[in-house]
Formats: sequence, C-alpha cells, structure tokens
Amino acid sequence: MTSSFIHPALILIAGALILPFIKGPFRKPYLVLVPLLTFCDVLYLSQYPGTYGIVNFMDSWTLTFGRVDSLSMVFAFIMALMAIIGTIYGLHVEDEWQHIAAWFYVAGSLGVIYSGDYLVLFLFWEMMAFASTFLIWFNTDKGSLAAGYRYLLVHTFGGVILLLGFVLRYQATGDLSFVLLDEHNTQLYTWLIMIGLMLNAAVPPLHSWLPDAYSKATVTGAVFMCAFTTKTAIYTLARAFAGFDILIVLGVVMAIYGIIYAILENDVRRLLAWEIVSQVGYMVVGVGIGTALAINGTCAHAFAHILYKGLLFMAAGAIIHATGQSRMTDLGGLYRKMPLTLLFMVIGGLSVSAFPFLSGFVSKSMIISASFESHLPLAGLLLTAVSVGTFLVAGLRLPYLVFFGESRCSAATWEKAEDPVWNMRLAMGIAAFFCILIGSFVPFLYSMLPYGDVVYHPYNIAHLAETLQILAFTALAFYFLKNRLAARATISLDLDWFYRLAGRGFLWTTVNPLQWADTAWGSAYRVVGLVSLMTIARFSAWFDWHGIDGVVDGTARIVRAVGGRVSLLLQRGQIQMTLYYTVSFAALFLAAYVWL
Amino acid sequence: MIVNFIDYLKERLPAVKFVCYIAAAIIVIWSMAAVDTSHAHTWAEKHIPGFWAVFAFLSSVILIFLAGWLGRSGIQTKEDYYDK
Repeated sequence: MTSSFIHPALILIAGALILPFIKGPFRKPYLVLVPLLTFCDVLYLSQYPGTYGIVNFMDSWTLTFGRVDSLSMVFAFIMALMAIIGTIYGLHVEDEWQHIAAWFYVAGSLGVIYSGDYLVLFLFWEMMAFASTFLIWFNTDKGSLAAGYRYLLVHTFGGVILLLGFVLRYQATGDLSFVLLDEHNTQLYTWLIMIGLMLNAAVPPLHSWLPDAYSKATVTGAVFMCAFTTKTAIYTLARAFAGFDILIVLGVVMAIYGIIYAILENDVRRLLAWEIVSQVGYMVVGVGIGTALAINGTCAHAFAHILYKGLLFMAAGAIIHATGQSRMTDLGGLYRKMPLTLLFMVIGGLSVSAFPFLSGFVSKSMIISASFESHLPLAGLLLTAVSVGTFLVAGLRLPYLVFFGESRCSAATWEKAEDPVWNMRLAMGIAAFFCILIGSFVPFLYSMLPYGDVVYHPYNIAHLAETLQILAFTALAFYFLKNRLAARATISLDLDWFYRLAGRGFLWTTVNPLQWADTAWGSAYRVVGLVSLMTIARFSAWFDWHGIDGVVDGTARIVRAVGGRVSLLLQRGQIQMTLYYTVSFAALFLAAYVWL
Repeated sequence: MIVNFIDYLKERLPAVKFVCYIAAAIIVIWSMAAVDTSHAHTWAEKHIPGFWAVFAFLSSVILIFLAGWLGRSGIQTKEDYYDK
C-alpha cells in the first residue's frame, strides 16, 4: 500500500500554500474542503495500519513519516476532526495568514503523531511551535507580542532539550527510532527527552507558558492552540514513557496546581488554560500508570478533552469577539444577550465535569479507575478531588460569573454583547454534538482506543451514584461559598515570574553598564581623541577625495541600491516577519540540501 | 427560549432551591439504600454511607480555602504587576 500513502500533513501544507490564490466566493468552501480532505485521508489510513513514507536520509538514516498504528490512529482522528471544527470557527476571518499558520500548526501535530523516529518528530515539533507562535502574534491586543516571544523562547528551549536528548541517545545506542524507552535502564538522555516532551505537555514546573500564551492568542488561534500542543505531547509521552512512575506524581501535582490557579483566575481564557493544565494532569497520570486501561483512558480523555475544551474556548472566544472583554470583572449577567453561547459553554463545562451522558463521564473515570486498580488509591482520590474542583470552576464558577449574577458590564460591553456569527455557532454546535455523542454512545469512542481487548463499562450504578453525589454536593458547596469565588481584578503570579523578571534583570544589567561605558568612552573621545583625529581626518579626506573615490564610488552606489531594495522588501521593521523569512529560507536550504 | 426558561426559573427561586435540596437528598438516600458498594475500591466507600457526598463537599471547601489562602499569601497581585 506504500504507493497510496499521502501524508495528511502534506494535504494541509499544500492547502495552506495554495490558499492565498483562492479568493472571493471560493475561499470559504476551500477552507472547509482542505481539513475535510485531511480528515478523510486520516480515516483512509486508519483502514490500513502499517508503516509508510520511509525515506533514506543522507544514506545513513532512515526516516519514517507514516507510522499508522492503534495509538497514532485515535490521536490523528481527533486532531483532524478538531482541524475541521477550528477552521469552521474561524471561517469569518479574512486574513489568510491566520489560516495558514493554523494549518501549518495542525500539520505539525499530525506529522508528530505519524512520525516513527526522532528526526521527523523534531522537524514537525518545531513546525508546531513556530506556526502556533504566529497565532499569538496575529492578535493585536496589548501584551500579545511579548507573550508570543516568551512562548517561542520557551518552546525553543524545550526543543533544544529534546534535541540534546535524542542526539545523546543516538550516540549511545545508534538508534533514532521513536519507541518506548526502558524504565529500568534510564540514562541522562531518557530524562532530557522526557523534559523536552513534558514542556509541551505543560507539566510543572514547565507549564507557565500555557496560560500566558493561550490567553493572548487570537480568538480563533486559541481554539487551535488549546487542542494541539499539549495533546500531541501526551501522545509522545504515551509512546515513549508509558509506565514511568514519576509521571504519576507529576500528573497529580499538575492536576491540583492547575485547578487551584483556575479558582483564583479572573481572565476567562486564562481560567480555561489553567484547567487544561489540570486536565492534562489526568492524562499524564494515565501515561505514568501505563496499564492497558490507563493508556486507553489517556487516549479517551485526550479525545474528549480536545472537543469539550475546544467548545469552551470557542464559547469564551465568542464572548471576547462580541464584547472585547475577557475579564470576569467586566462581564456578568450576559445570559439575556448571549443565550446560545451560554448553552454551549454549559455543555462544555458539564462535559469537563464528567456529567453523565456527556464526554468527560466516560473518559475521565477510566483514568481514575485505572489508578484504583493499580493500587494507587491516593492518586485516585486526589484526582477525584480535582474533578470536584473542575466542576466548581468550569461547570459553576465560569458560567455563573459570566452569564448570571450581577452584571459588571459597562454600557458599551452590554450593548455589543450578542451571539456570534453562524460559522462560530456551527462550530460550537458540532463540538457540542460530539461531546454528547461520546458520552451517550460509548462504542463510538471506545472502539477507537488502542487496547481493544480491555473491557470498561462507565455506566454502572456505583459510578453513577458516585458522580451524582459529587456533582450535587459540589454544587451545594458552591452555593454556600460563592462569594469566596467571586471575580477579583487580580492576576496570579506563577513560575513565569522567574523568567519574566530574570529577563528584565538581564536587560537592566546589559543596558546600564553598557550605557555607562558608552558615556565614559564618549567623554574620553571628546577630550583626547578629537584633536588628533581631526588632523588625521583632514589628511585622509584629502586623499579620499582625490584618490579612492573615483574607483570605489561606482561599485558602492550599485551595492547600496541593490541592498536598499532587498532590505525594503525583507525588513519591514517587524522582527516577526524577519524571523519568518529567516526560518523559511533555512527550511528551503535544508530541503534543497537533502533532496538535491 | 433559553432566556425565557431562565427567567421563569429566576422568578421561582425559592421553589428551585427547594427542588435542588430535595434532589441532593434523594441522591444520597438512593446511594445509601440501593447501591451496592461491597465491590468498591477503597475502605471508605464500603463503610461510610454517602462517602462521595461528604468527599465532594469537603474537597470543595478545602480547595476554595486553600486557593484563597495561597492567593492572599502573595500569589494574587495587581493586574499591572508586569507593566511597571
């Protein structure tokens, strides 16, 4: 079947490159068509598991672009589905660059999922980081530019750690294949690779980039970002680090850490971002447990999570798109103006809270059951407590503070608030449909999970009773303590404090001593140098004028003219564009080097 | 439709609250009386009736107070903290 293998990422990349030429009435159908084709390709590949796209690279390495097996299938399916939903959500966006960045980002994610070795993985890994940075930069809000740079720098750092890890591994073992690492024979490279992957999964203490970046991205960009980076990282962790005990501890810490910050948060999207940290914590625990049930649970939860979190980010985006406000201190009482958005946000919020017949109920419980069955009752209980917190935050606090209670909106905000345009509603509707489908029709999701022989029945009386008790008494606690959960105009300091202030410290130490040296040099120059210099200058000016100019001027003028043209074209003063060109050229050179 | 429904509920707030309390009570009584917990994973589930109700309530209270305490201990700060 090798001849019929078309990499799904290739469809998105080709689609993105052609996009600028598709204009007018063809634009919107085309925008839907490309992710739809990608999705069909993923479905087609799932019919024929195997290894495809093997390329010989510089005679010594074998690159594997298409490893289609039970683990990559389920992740590719949900990523391609989310690409369709996300693109529909952003259909009204005129700027083609935003679509191109988003598609490259999804292509990176699909590339990582199908990759069979670290070189291909790394290529697509960096593509993801780089493309998604633009989704932040396209936002014109204050702070987005800086947030984009922080995001890019953090991910570059993570990429370098990963690179170090797999190069060391190659040196030690001569092996680049991306497979399960040995827990009983860990080397430095094992930990480096793990750190590189964990940074993308936002495992503390490497998590601060997530709320920082996701709250500053464009409305549509955030919908893409909330789905791809962390869940792709979970896929890679499940591939390479299933059964590593340390991940259980880190995952539990992560789940608790995220939910506590979500309780304190005022910004709608930051709150949701903190909840991603918390929910991805469950998946990290699942990977750490590593049993068949736990890995199934991780895949199921990643699948469900992408849909309900996408739905929540879309609803939050609809609020920001309409009102321009993202802080809950500036919102409230909006149910009259945005009833549909409320409905979708509640469906998303109840899904993440594991409400029966919604997606979280059938996915989250698998991981919790797996931890009890693997004799980790503490992990199971703590994760259940976080599940309580999740309902408290996403199911109750968020809808309450945005849609109910007193209105803290300004007159302008209230005036502008309305349900979003049809394509945003459609995208939310699709995501909501899948949240209900997964929760109500269990075989849809369970038949895709990697370990098909594991039997798990979420709908039993004990589980139902447990969930209903938890939901009812969390709601009761919320009712009594809701004043303690009110919106406050604050931000919460996190570990990014260190690099944000360290950056500032670095800037200070660079600027101030340099400034002093410069001033000192200037004074010395004026006193000592100037007189002697003027004498020499007068002589050399005479020589220059009469001797050299005639020869050099002609050449110089040509160089200057050409250089001026080039820099006019390439350096528009925006360093992001310069970066973009640099990386594009580097990629072109690399491609030329490999294939020519 | 959604707006009307919410307004309808809001006008009858005491009744809604009453129904919610009753529902919570029914869930707990049903869980104690009708649900077989002899195969549960933990000791607490088997021996404490309505364990998850207590657990959920306590977890909520602990999480809210823990977050509040951490927030007041210096994590929560002014919004323009990084702009200065």
